[in-house]
Amino acid sequence: MAENVKPRVRVPSSASAGEVVTIKTLISHQMESGQRKDSEGNTIPRSIINRFVAEFNGETVVDVKMEPAISTNPYFEFQAKIPESGTMSFTWYDDDGSVYEDSQEITVG
Amino acid sequence: MSKSVWLGGCAAAALMFCAPAIVTAQDDAADRELVINGEIEIVTEADAPAHLENMSTIRSGWTFRSPETQTMQMDDFDNPGTLGVEAAREAFSADLGNGESCAGCHESPEELAGVRAVYPKWDADAGAVQTIEMQINECITERAGAEAWGYDSGEMIDMSALMSFVSRGEAVNVAIDGPAAETWEKGKEIYYTRYGQLELSCANCHEDNYDNMIRADHLSQGQINGFPTYRLKNAKLNSVQGRFKGCVRDTRAETFSPGSPEFVALELYVASRGNGLSVEGPAVRN
Repeated sequence: MAENVKPRVRVPSSASAGEVVTIKTLISHQMESGQRKDSEGNTIPRSIINRFVAEFNGETVVDVKMEPAISTNPYFEFQAKIPESGTMSFTWYDDDGSVYEDSQEITVG
Repeated sequence: MSKSVWLGGCAAAALMFCAPAIVTAQDDAADRELVINGEIEIVTEADAPAHLENMSTIRSGWTFRSPETQTMQMDDFDNPGTLGVEAAREAFSADLGNGESCAGCHESPEELAGVRAVYPKWDADAGAVQTIEMQINECITERAGAEAWGYDSGEMIDMSALMSFVSRGEAVNVAIDGPAAETWEKGKEIYYTRYGQLELSCANCHEDNYDNMIRADHLSQGQINGFPTYRLKNAKLNSVQGRFKGCVRDTRAETFSPGSPEFVALELYVASRGNGLSVEGPAVRN
């Protein structure tokens, strides 16, 4: 079970119709690769965020599959065109079955 | 006719205005200015303090890094070091194990703004120079009556990062005279002493060869105004004395330990070499 996992997002609260906005996300997570061993020589089991999805009003913006080589506290920055007011929602999927969610409203007008 | 000439003139002017700015940002990392979150102005270059004999200008480690690494420090959202700061904010008001907390004495971390800039400093009661980590532990053990934190533990480094965070932009100004002078002299001696099989002193790299490459790495002046630093190589916050230890180890020497009198003296001396730069921790470095 991963500890101290906390998603953070930065999304502009307003945009003009059709504007391309920059979105930043970060989730604190140790991203244990499964390649390391502890002091007794036992393999430390893999524990990573394996998928990240961003949706706007239910429509997929990005859907990322993540692998063990991705470093700790994965950070994503991407751009999206905002046609109308709505909700940008973010979901992170953990190896242990946990799902972390965050969302933010964007107002067009 | 005159209209097209005017348009051409405008385009040329726009290019002249634009192009140098782009070149500066990408090609000359040393000439950029550090403003965090668009509001905290950081002094990354200053005249050397009077006691420095062999250098005229002091530069923050930030000026030696690539534009990509520099940019990470310009916005707290992009700076992973702020995760440690957030953790310390929670620890600040959390139970220290006996019902007491930092918040019992200090209303908020912001109340301690500026404190970081003058550490390490002489503590009359202790009769010794104290680093901010020693001061934190003095608070925890003597004022709160709780159990001390490890000098180089994760929780201590996070708290130290929070102390830097609330002091960002303040000029480093450690005192080297009066009762601190003896410790400062000891630190200076360590700085110029060659250690290890490679027989390297701090000065050999950080005074004689800063701005040169040591294999693939760009040597900085070894300033510590940005500590604790988030290092991309180990993806965590690193303490000043933990970094000292790594440096001395790299000379193939037996190192001093974090919290030892030798490293406390060295920290005072190295901090004084940066008097005039801004506190910028938690910084991002490679």
